[in-house]
Amino acid sequence: MSFWEYANPVKFLNLSGALLPYFSIFAAITIIAGISWGFFFTPDDYKQGATVKILYVHVPSAFVAINAWFMMLVASIIWLVRRHHVSALAAKAAAPIGIAMTITGLLTGALWGQPMWGTWWEWDPKLTSFLILFLFYLGYIILWAAVEDPDTAADLTSILCIVGSVFAVLSRYATNFWNQGLHQDASLSIDKEEHVADVFYYPLIIVMAGFVLLFVALVLLNTRSEIMKRRAGAIMARSRM
Amino acid sequence: MIALIIRDLRISVRAGGGFGLSLAFFFIIVIFFPFAIGPDLDLLSKVAPGTLWVGALLACLLSLERIFALDFEDGTLDLLVTSSLPLESVVISKALVHWLTTGLPLVLITPFLGILLGLQNSNIIFLIISLIFGTPALSIIGTFGAALTAGMKRGGLLLSILVLPLYIPTLIFGAEAARRGIQGFETQNSILLLLGVSLLSWAILPFAAASVLRINLR
Repeated sequence: MSFWEYANPVKFLNLSGALLPYFSIFAAITIIAGISWGFFFTPDDYKQGATVKILYVHVPSAFVAINAWFMMLVASIIWLVRRHHVSALAAKAAAPIGIAMTITGLLTGALWGQPMWGTWWEWDPKLTSFLILFLFYLGYIILWAAVEDPDTAADLTSILCIVGSVFAVLSRYATNFWNQGLHQDASLSIDKEEHVADVFYYPLIIVMAGFVLLFVALVLLNTRSEIMKRRAGAIMARSRM
Repeated sequence: MIALIIRDLRISVRAGGGFGLSLAFFFIIVIFFPFAIGPDLDLLSKVAPGTLWVGALLACLLSLERIFALDFEDGTLDLLVTSSLPLESVVISKALVHWLTTGLPLVLITPFLGILLGLQNSNIIFLIISLIFGTPALSIIGTFGAALTAGMKRGGLLLSILVLPLYIPTLIFGAEAARRGIQGFETQNSILLLLGVSLLSWAILPFAAASVLRINLR
Protein backbone atom coordinates (compact mmCIF):
# COMPACT_ATOMS: atom_id res chain seq x y z
CA MET A 1 0.00 0.00 0.00
CA SER A 2 1.46 3.26 -0.96
CA PHE A 3 0.08 6.73 -1.28
CA TRP A 4 0.76 6.71 -5.02
CA GLU A 5 -1.79 3.97 -5.54
CA TYR A 6 -4.44 6.64 -5.48
CA ALA A 7 -2.90 8.19 -8.57
CA ASN A 8 -4.86 5.50 -10.38
CA PRO A 9 -8.05 7.31 -11.49
CA VAL A 10 -10.34 4.40 -10.55
CA LYS A 11 -8.92 4.10 -7.05
CA PHE A 12 -8.99 7.86 -6.70
CA LEU A 13 -12.63 7.97 -7.74
CA ASN A 14 -13.54 5.24 -5.24
CA LEU A 15 -11.66 6.83 -2.37
CA SER A 16 -12.72 10.39 -3.07
CA GLY A 17 -16.29 9.27 -3.58
CA ALA A 18 -16.24 7.68 -0.14
CA LEU A 19 -14.58 10.68 1.52
CA LEU A 20 -16.45 13.49 -0.18
CA PRO A 21 -19.68 13.30 1.89
CA TYR A 22 -17.69 13.42 5.15
CA PHE A 23 -15.64 16.40 4.07
CA SER A 24 -18.75 18.21 2.88
CA ILE A 25 -20.70 17.54 6.05
CA PHE A 26 -17.83 18.46 8.36
CA ALA A 27 -17.15 21.61 6.32
CA ALA A 28 -20.82 22.62 6.61
CA ILE A 29 -20.91 21.91 10.35
CA THR A 30 -17.69 23.74 11.22
CA ILE A 31 -18.44 26.76 9.03
CA ILE A 32 -21.99 27.12 10.33
CA ALA A 33 -20.90 26.57 13.93
CA GLY A 34 -17.85 28.84 13.71
CA ILE A 35 -19.63 31.66 11.92
CA SER A 36 -22.66 31.61 14.19
CA TRP A 37 -20.39 31.55 17.24
CA GLY A 38 -18.40 34.41 15.78
CA PHE A 39 -21.37 36.45 14.62
CA PHE A 40 -23.76 36.06 17.54
CA PHE A 41 -21.83 34.99 20.61
CA THR A 42 -18.75 37.21 20.61
CA PRO A 43 -18.71 40.82 21.78
CA ASP A 44 -18.19 43.71 19.40
CA ASP A 45 -14.70 45.11 19.28
CA TYR A 46 -14.29 48.22 21.46
CA LYS A 47 -13.00 50.24 18.53
CA GLN A 48 -14.30 48.54 15.43
CA GLY A 49 -17.80 47.66 16.59
CA ALA A 50 -19.59 44.94 14.68
CA THR A 51 -17.39 45.28 11.59
CA VAL A 52 -14.77 43.12 13.32
CA LYS A 53 -16.99 40.17 12.42
CA ILE A 54 -15.91 40.43 8.79
CA LEU A 55 -12.81 38.73 10.21
CA TYR A 56 -14.57 35.38 10.14
CA VAL A 57 -14.87 35.44 6.36
CA HIS A 58 -11.89 37.60 5.44
CA VAL A 59 -9.08 35.72 7.19
CA PRO A 60 -10.15 32.17 6.25
CA SER A 61 -10.71 33.03 2.58
CA ALA A 62 -7.35 34.79 2.35
CA PHE A 63 -5.71 31.82 4.07
CA VAL A 64 -7.23 29.36 1.61
CA ALA A 65 -6.47 31.63 -1.37
CA ILE A 66 -2.75 31.55 -0.66
CA ASN A 67 -2.58 27.88 0.30
CA ALA A 68 -4.58 26.83 -2.75
CA TRP A 69 -1.72 28.16 -4.85
CA PHE A 70 0.76 26.11 -2.80
CA MET A 71 -1.39 23.05 -3.33
CA MET A 72 -1.39 23.74 -7.08
CA LEU A 73 2.38 24.12 -7.00
CA VAL A 74 2.84 20.77 -5.27
CA ALA A 75 0.36 19.07 -7.61
CA SER A 76 2.12 20.60 -10.64
CA ILE A 77 5.51 19.34 -9.51
CA ILE A 78 4.06 15.87 -8.89
CA TRP A 79 2.59 15.92 -12.39
CA LEU A 80 5.89 16.95 -13.95
CA VAL A 81 7.88 14.36 -12.02
CA ARG A 82 5.58 11.36 -11.84
CA ARG A 83 3.09 12.02 -14.67
CA HIS A 84 -0.02 11.15 -12.68
CA HIS A 85 -3.02 12.61 -14.47
CA VAL A 86 -5.00 12.92 -11.26
CA SER A 87 -2.39 15.32 -9.95
CA ALA A 88 -2.59 17.62 -12.98
CA LEU A 89 -6.37 17.57 -12.82
CA ALA A 90 -6.32 18.35 -9.10
CA ALA A 91 -4.19 21.44 -9.81
CA LYS A 92 -6.64 22.46 -12.53
CA ALA A 93 -9.54 21.84 -10.16
CA ALA A 94 -8.07 24.00 -7.41
CA ALA A 95 -7.55 27.11 -9.53
CA PRO A 96 -11.17 28.33 -9.80
CA ILE A 97 -11.62 27.80 -6.06
CA GLY A 98 -8.42 29.71 -5.37
CA ILE A 99 -9.47 32.65 -7.51
CA ALA A 100 -12.92 32.69 -5.90
CA MET A 101 -11.29 32.82 -2.45
CA THR A 102 -8.95 35.59 -3.63
CA ILE A 103 -11.90 37.65 -4.82
CA THR A 104 -13.73 36.97 -1.55
CA GLY A 105 -10.70 38.12 0.39
CA LEU A 106 -10.39 41.29 -1.68
CA LEU A 107 -14.11 42.13 -1.50
CA THR A 108 -14.51 41.50 2.22
CA GLY A 109 -11.31 43.47 2.73
CA ALA A 110 -12.78 46.40 0.79
CA LEU A 111 -16.01 46.22 2.81
CA TRP A 112 -13.97 46.20 6.02
CA GLY A 113 -11.56 48.88 4.87
CA GLN A 114 -14.27 51.37 4.03
CA PRO A 115 -15.57 51.92 7.59
CA MET A 116 -12.20 51.34 9.31
CA TRP A 117 -9.62 53.03 7.11
CA GLY A 118 -12.08 55.28 5.27
CA THR A 119 -11.17 53.82 1.91
CA TRP A 120 -12.26 50.84 -0.17
CA TRP A 121 -8.80 50.37 -1.59
CA GLU A 122 -5.31 51.39 -0.66
CA TRP A 123 -2.05 50.47 -2.42
CA ASP A 124 -0.88 48.66 0.64
CA PRO A 125 1.62 45.77 0.23
CA LYS A 126 -0.80 43.09 1.45
CA LEU A 127 -3.67 44.34 -0.67
CA THR A 128 -1.46 44.79 -3.70
CA SER A 129 0.05 41.33 -3.45
CA PHE A 130 -3.41 39.87 -3.25
CA LEU A 131 -4.34 41.70 -6.42
CA ILE A 132 -1.19 40.24 -8.02
CA LEU A 133 -2.15 36.77 -6.79
CA PHE A 134 -5.47 37.31 -8.54
CA LEU A 135 -3.62 38.08 -11.80
CA PHE A 136 -1.55 34.91 -11.44
CA TYR A 137 -4.68 32.78 -10.96
CA LEU A 138 -6.24 34.49 -13.96
CA GLY A 139 -3.28 33.74 -16.25
CA TYR A 140 -3.16 30.13 -15.04
CA ILE A 141 -6.86 29.53 -15.67
CA ILE A 142 -6.78 31.22 -19.07
CA LEU A 143 -3.79 29.14 -20.15
CA TRP A 144 -5.65 25.94 -19.22
CA ALA A 145 -8.58 27.11 -21.30
CA ALA A 146 -6.44 28.17 -24.28
CA VAL A 147 -4.56 24.93 -24.95
CA GLU A 148 -6.56 22.16 -26.61
CA ASP A 149 -4.45 19.08 -25.96
CA PRO A 150 -4.93 18.19 -22.27
CA ASP A 151 -1.41 16.84 -21.68
CA THR A 152 0.24 19.85 -23.30
CA ALA A 153 -2.02 22.12 -21.27
CA ALA A 154 -1.09 20.29 -18.08
CA ASP A 155 2.63 20.60 -18.85
CA LEU A 156 2.48 24.28 -19.78
CA THR A 157 0.35 25.28 -16.81
CA SER A 158 2.58 23.31 -14.44
CA ILE A 159 5.66 25.20 -15.59
CA LEU A 160 3.76 28.48 -15.47
CA CYS A 161 2.73 27.63 -11.90
CA ILE A 162 6.33 27.02 -10.84
CA VAL A 163 7.72 30.12 -12.54
CA GLY A 164 4.72 32.10 -11.31
CA SER A 165 5.45 31.04 -7.73
CA VAL A 166 8.97 32.44 -7.93
CA PHE A 167 7.69 35.73 -9.32
CA ALA A 168 4.78 35.85 -6.89
CA VAL A 169 7.25 35.66 -3.99
CA LEU A 170 9.39 38.34 -5.63
CA SER A 171 6.32 40.55 -6.04
CA ARG A 172 5.44 40.06 -2.40
CA TYR A 173 8.82 41.47 -1.34
CA ALA A 174 8.73 44.13 -4.05
CA THR A 175 5.42 45.48 -2.80
CA ASN A 176 6.75 45.50 0.76
CA PHE A 177 9.68 47.55 -0.40
CA TRP A 178 7.49 49.83 -2.47
CA ASN A 179 4.98 51.10 0.03
CA GLN A 180 4.29 51.15 3.75
CA GLY A 181 1.08 49.45 4.71
CA LEU A 182 -2.11 50.16 6.57
CA HIS A 183 -2.86 46.49 6.96
CA GLN A 184 -1.84 44.96 10.25
CA ASP A 185 0.72 42.19 10.46
CA ALA A 186 -0.29 38.58 10.56
CA SER A 187 -3.07 38.22 13.09
CA LEU A 188 -2.34 34.54 13.61
CA SER A 189 1.02 32.92 13.85
CA ILE A 190 2.53 29.86 15.37
CA ASP A 191 5.69 31.34 16.77
CA LYS A 192 4.47 34.65 18.17
CA GLU A 193 2.59 35.15 21.39
CA GLU A 194 0.42 37.95 20.07
CA HIS A 195 -2.83 36.87 18.54
CA VAL A 196 -6.17 38.43 18.14
CA ALA A 197 -7.98 38.32 21.46
CA ASP A 198 -9.07 34.88 22.60
CA VAL A 199 -12.78 35.59 22.20
CA PHE A 200 -12.24 36.09 18.49
CA TYR A 201 -9.51 33.48 18.22
CA TYR A 202 -11.41 30.25 18.86
CA PRO A 203 -14.35 30.82 16.52
CA LEU A 204 -11.87 32.03 13.88
CA ILE A 205 -9.86 28.81 14.11
CA ILE A 206 -13.05 26.81 13.70
CA VAL A 207 -14.12 28.77 10.61
CA MET A 208 -10.64 28.42 9.14
CA ALA A 209 -10.77 24.67 9.63
CA GLY A 210 -14.17 24.76 7.97
CA PHE A 211 -12.83 26.68 4.98
CA VAL A 212 -9.97 24.22 4.59
CA LEU A 213 -12.44 21.30 4.70
CA LEU A 214 -14.61 23.14 2.18
CA PHE A 215 -11.60 23.63 -0.07
CA VAL A 216 -10.69 19.94 0.12
CA ALA A 217 -14.29 18.94 -0.60
CA LEU A 218 -14.52 21.29 -3.59
CA VAL A 219 -11.17 20.15 -5.00
CA LEU A 220 -12.22 16.50 -4.70
CA LEU A 221 -15.52 17.29 -6.36
CA ASN A 222 -13.92 19.26 -9.19
CA THR A 223 -11.21 16.66 -9.77
CA ARG A 224 -13.83 13.91 -9.93
CA SER A 225 -15.87 15.80 -12.46
CA GLU A 226 -12.72 16.50 -14.53
CA ILE A 227 -11.87 12.79 -14.56
CA MET A 228 -15.41 11.90 -15.53
CA LYS A 229 -15.47 14.58 -18.21
CA ARG A 230 -12.29 13.18 -19.69
CA ARG A 231 -13.75 9.66 -19.63
CA ALA A 232 -16.92 10.87 -21.30
CA GLY A 233 -14.75 12.51 -23.96
CA ALA A 234 -12.84 9.25 -24.49
CA ILE A 235 -16.08 7.28 -24.83
CA MET A 236 -17.43 9.80 -27.35
CA ALA A 237 -14.21 9.62 -29.34
CA ARG A 238 -14.34 5.84 -29.36
CA SER A 239 -17.97 5.69 -30.47
CA ARG A 240 -17.24 8.07 -33.32
CA MET A 241 -14.54 5.83 -34.70
CA MET B 1 25.03 30.43 -31.14
CA ILE B 2 26.77 33.50 -32.51
CA ALA B 3 25.65 32.56 -36.01
CA LEU B 4 22.08 32.34 -34.72
CA ILE B 5 22.33 35.74 -33.08
CA ILE B 6 23.70 37.32 -36.25
CA ARG B 7 21.01 35.66 -38.36
CA ASP B 8 18.21 36.90 -36.09
CA LEU B 9 19.70 40.38 -35.99
CA ARG B 10 19.83 40.47 -39.79
CA ILE B 11 16.23 39.33 -40.09
CA SER B 12 15.03 41.88 -37.61
CA VAL B 13 16.63 44.88 -39.30
CA ARG B 14 15.38 43.88 -42.74
CA ALA B 15 12.14 45.29 -44.05
CA GLY B 16 9.20 43.70 -42.26
CA GLY B 17 11.43 42.54 -39.44
CA GLY B 18 9.74 44.81 -36.96
CA PHE B 19 12.83 46.65 -35.89
CA GLY B 20 11.88 50.18 -34.91
CA LEU B 21 8.23 49.29 -34.57
CA SER B 22 8.34 49.07 -30.81
CA LEU B 23 10.57 52.11 -30.75
CA ALA B 24 7.92 54.11 -32.60
CA PHE B 25 5.28 52.69 -30.29
CA PHE B 26 7.25 53.77 -27.22
CA PHE B 27 7.66 57.25 -28.70
CA ILE B 28 3.92 57.57 -29.37
CA ILE B 29 2.89 56.32 -25.91
CA VAL B 30 5.17 58.80 -24.20
CA ILE B 31 4.00 61.66 -26.42
CA PHE B 32 0.38 60.84 -25.62
CA PHE B 33 0.84 61.39 -21.90
CA PRO B 34 1.24 65.18 -22.04
CA PHE B 35 -1.89 65.38 -24.22
CA ALA B 36 -3.82 63.45 -21.60
CA ILE B 37 -2.35 65.02 -18.46
CA GLY B 38 -1.84 68.57 -19.66
CA PRO B 39 1.22 70.63 -20.54
CA ASP B 40 2.27 71.36 -16.94
CA LEU B 41 5.99 70.46 -16.89
CA ASP B 42 6.16 70.21 -13.09
CA LEU B 43 3.46 67.58 -13.02
CA LEU B 44 4.89 65.83 -16.07
CA SER B 45 8.33 65.54 -14.56
CA LYS B 46 6.76 63.90 -11.50
CA VAL B 47 5.06 61.19 -13.51
CA ALA B 48 7.91 60.92 -16.05
CA PRO B 49 9.72 57.89 -14.55
CA GLY B 50 6.51 55.89 -14.30
CA THR B 51 5.41 56.94 -17.77
CA LEU B 52 8.70 55.98 -19.36
CA TRP B 53 8.78 52.66 -17.53
CA VAL B 54 5.22 51.73 -18.46
CA GLY B 55 5.91 52.87 -22.02
CA ALA B 56 9.04 50.72 -22.25
CA LEU B 57 7.16 47.74 -20.83
CA LEU B 58 4.29 48.06 -23.31
CA ALA B 59 6.64 48.57 -26.24
CA CYS B 60 8.49 45.44 -25.17
CA LEU B 61 5.24 43.52 -24.95
CA LEU B 62 4.32 44.50 -28.48
CA SER B 63 7.36 42.81 -29.97
CA LEU B 64 7.30 39.60 -27.91
CA GLU B 65 5.06 37.59 -30.18
CA ARG B 66 7.59 37.85 -32.99
CA ILE B 67 10.33 36.11 -31.01
CA PHE B 68 9.18 32.59 -31.87
CA ALA B 69 6.14 33.02 -34.12
CA LEU B 70 7.96 33.35 -37.45
CA ASP B 71 10.44 30.57 -36.70
CA PHE B 72 7.58 28.36 -35.56
CA GLU B 73 5.64 28.91 -38.78
CA ASP B 74 8.40 28.19 -41.26
CA GLY B 75 9.86 25.27 -39.34
CA THR B 76 13.13 26.88 -38.31
CA LEU B 77 12.32 26.14 -34.71
CA ASP B 78 12.04 22.42 -35.39
CA LEU B 79 15.48 22.51 -36.97
CA LEU B 80 16.87 24.40 -33.99
CA VAL B 81 15.43 21.81 -31.61
CA THR B 82 17.05 18.95 -33.50
CA SER B 83 20.36 20.78 -33.95
CA SER B 84 23.32 20.18 -31.70
CA LEU B 85 22.86 23.55 -30.01
CA PRO B 86 21.09 23.13 -26.65
CA LEU B 87 17.63 24.67 -26.70
CA GLU B 88 18.56 26.74 -23.64
CA SER B 89 21.22 28.52 -25.72
CA VAL B 90 18.66 29.12 -28.46
CA VAL B 91 16.40 30.76 -25.90
CA ILE B 92 19.24 32.88 -24.56
CA SER B 93 20.25 34.07 -28.02
CA LYS B 94 16.63 34.86 -28.91
CA ALA B 95 16.25 36.89 -25.74
CA LEU B 96 19.55 38.62 -26.36
CA VAL B 97 18.50 39.60 -29.88
CA HIS B 98 15.18 40.83 -28.53
CA TRP B 99 17.03 43.00 -26.04
CA LEU B 100 19.43 44.33 -28.68
CA THR B 101 16.62 45.23 -31.06
CA THR B 102 14.07 46.45 -28.50
CA GLY B 103 15.50 47.08 -25.05
CA LEU B 104 18.68 48.84 -26.06
CA PRO B 105 17.06 51.27 -28.58
CA LEU B 106 14.46 52.13 -25.93
CA VAL B 107 17.23 53.02 -23.51
CA LEU B 108 18.94 55.10 -26.17
CA ILE B 109 15.96 57.31 -27.00
CA THR B 110 14.94 57.73 -23.36
CA PRO B 111 17.03 60.92 -22.91
CA PHE B 112 15.09 62.69 -25.65
CA LEU B 113 11.74 61.57 -24.31
CA GLY B 114 12.87 62.55 -20.82
CA ILE B 115 13.38 66.11 -22.04
CA LEU B 116 9.90 66.12 -23.55
CA LEU B 117 8.52 65.14 -20.14
CA GLY B 118 10.40 67.94 -18.39
CA LEU B 119 13.17 65.96 -16.69
CA GLN B 120 16.40 67.73 -15.81
CA ASN B 121 19.53 66.55 -17.61
CA SER B 122 21.09 65.40 -14.36
CA ASN B 123 18.06 63.27 -13.54
CA ILE B 124 17.84 61.41 -16.82
CA ILE B 125 20.88 59.35 -15.86
CA PHE B 126 18.81 57.54 -13.18
CA LEU B 127 16.22 56.56 -15.74
CA ILE B 128 18.87 55.28 -18.11
CA ILE B 129 20.55 53.22 -15.40
CA SER B 130 17.28 51.71 -14.22
CA LEU B 131 16.25 50.89 -17.80
CA ILE B 132 19.63 49.37 -18.67
CA PHE B 133 19.40 47.05 -15.68
CA GLY B 134 15.67 46.39 -16.06
CA THR B 135 15.07 45.84 -19.78
CA PRO B 136 17.11 42.60 -19.96
CA ALA B 137 14.68 41.12 -17.42
CA LEU B 138 11.76 42.26 -19.58
CA SER B 139 13.31 40.51 -22.58
CA ILE B 140 13.95 37.14 -20.94
CA ILE B 141 10.60 37.06 -19.12
CA GLY B 142 8.93 37.94 -22.41
CA THR B 143 10.83 35.17 -24.17
CA PHE B 144 9.46 32.71 -21.65
CA GLY B 145 5.95 34.03 -22.33
CA ALA B 146 6.53 33.79 -26.09
CA ALA B 147 7.71 30.19 -25.67
CA LEU B 148 4.54 29.37 -23.69
CA THR B 149 2.30 30.63 -26.48
CA ALA B 150 4.51 29.60 -29.40
CA GLY B 151 2.16 26.94 -30.74
CA MET B 152 -1.00 29.00 -30.58
CA LYS B 153 -2.75 30.91 -33.25
CA ARG B 154 -3.50 34.45 -32.08
CA GLY B 155 -1.64 33.96 -28.85
CA GLY B 156 -0.85 37.67 -28.59
CA LEU B 157 -3.46 38.68 -26.04
CA LEU B 158 -2.88 35.54 -24.00
CA LEU B 159 0.82 36.30 -24.05
CA SER B 160 0.30 39.72 -22.52
CA ILE B 161 -2.00 38.36 -19.80
CA LEU B 162 0.58 35.71 -18.88
CA VAL B 163 3.57 38.02 -18.99
CA LEU B 164 2.22 41.13 -17.24
CA PRO B 165 2.06 39.65 -13.71
CA LEU B 166 5.63 38.38 -14.18
CA TYR B 167 6.73 41.92 -15.03
CA ILE B 168 5.54 43.39 -11.74
CA PRO B 169 8.75 43.01 -9.66
CA THR B 170 10.90 44.46 -12.45
CA LEU B 171 8.51 47.37 -12.89
CA ILE B 172 8.33 48.10 -9.18
CA PHE B 173 12.10 48.09 -8.59
CA GLY B 174 12.92 49.85 -11.87
CA ALA B 175 10.46 52.69 -11.53
CA GLU B 176 11.31 52.96 -7.83
CA ALA B 177 15.02 53.36 -8.59
CA ALA B 178 14.30 56.06 -11.18
CA ARG B 179 11.85 57.88 -8.91
CA ARG B 180 14.16 57.84 -5.90
CA GLY B 181 17.06 59.06 -7.98
CA ILE B 182 15.06 61.96 -9.36
CA GLN B 183 13.78 62.96 -5.95
CA GLY B 184 17.30 62.88 -4.59
CA PHE B 185 17.06 59.85 -2.31
CA GLU B 186 19.63 57.10 -2.26
CA THR B 187 19.03 54.56 -5.02
CA GLN B 188 21.49 51.83 -4.26
CA ASN B 189 19.03 49.36 -2.70
CA SER B 190 16.47 49.53 -5.44
CA ILE B 191 19.07 49.32 -8.20
CA LEU B 192 20.68 46.29 -6.59
CA LEU B 193 17.31 44.62 -6.18
CA LEU B 194 16.46 45.42 -9.81
CA LEU B 195 19.73 43.89 -10.91
CA GLY B 196 18.96 40.88 -8.72
CA VAL B 197 15.60 40.38 -10.45
CA SER B 198 17.30 40.62 -13.85
CA LEU B 199 20.02 38.14 -13.00
CA LEU B 200 17.59 35.73 -11.38
CA SER B 201 15.38 35.83 -14.48
CA TRP B 202 18.35 35.20 -16.78
CA ALA B 203 19.48 32.35 -14.54
CA ILE B 204 16.24 30.37 -14.32
CA LEU B 205 14.01 31.34 -17.23
CA PRO B 206 16.11 29.92 -20.11
CA PHE B 207 15.54 26.45 -18.64
CA ALA B 208 11.83 27.05 -18.14
CA ALA B 209 11.45 28.53 -21.64
CA ALA B 210 13.39 25.68 -23.25
CA SER B 211 11.29 23.01 -21.54
CA VAL B 212 8.11 24.85 -22.52
CA LEU B 213 9.30 24.99 -26.15
CA ARG B 214 9.98 21.25 -26.13
CA ILE B 215 6.44 20.65 -24.90
CA ASN B 216 4.98 22.94 -27.54
CA LEU B 217 6.92 21.26 -30.35
CA ARG B 218 6.06 17.73 -29.26
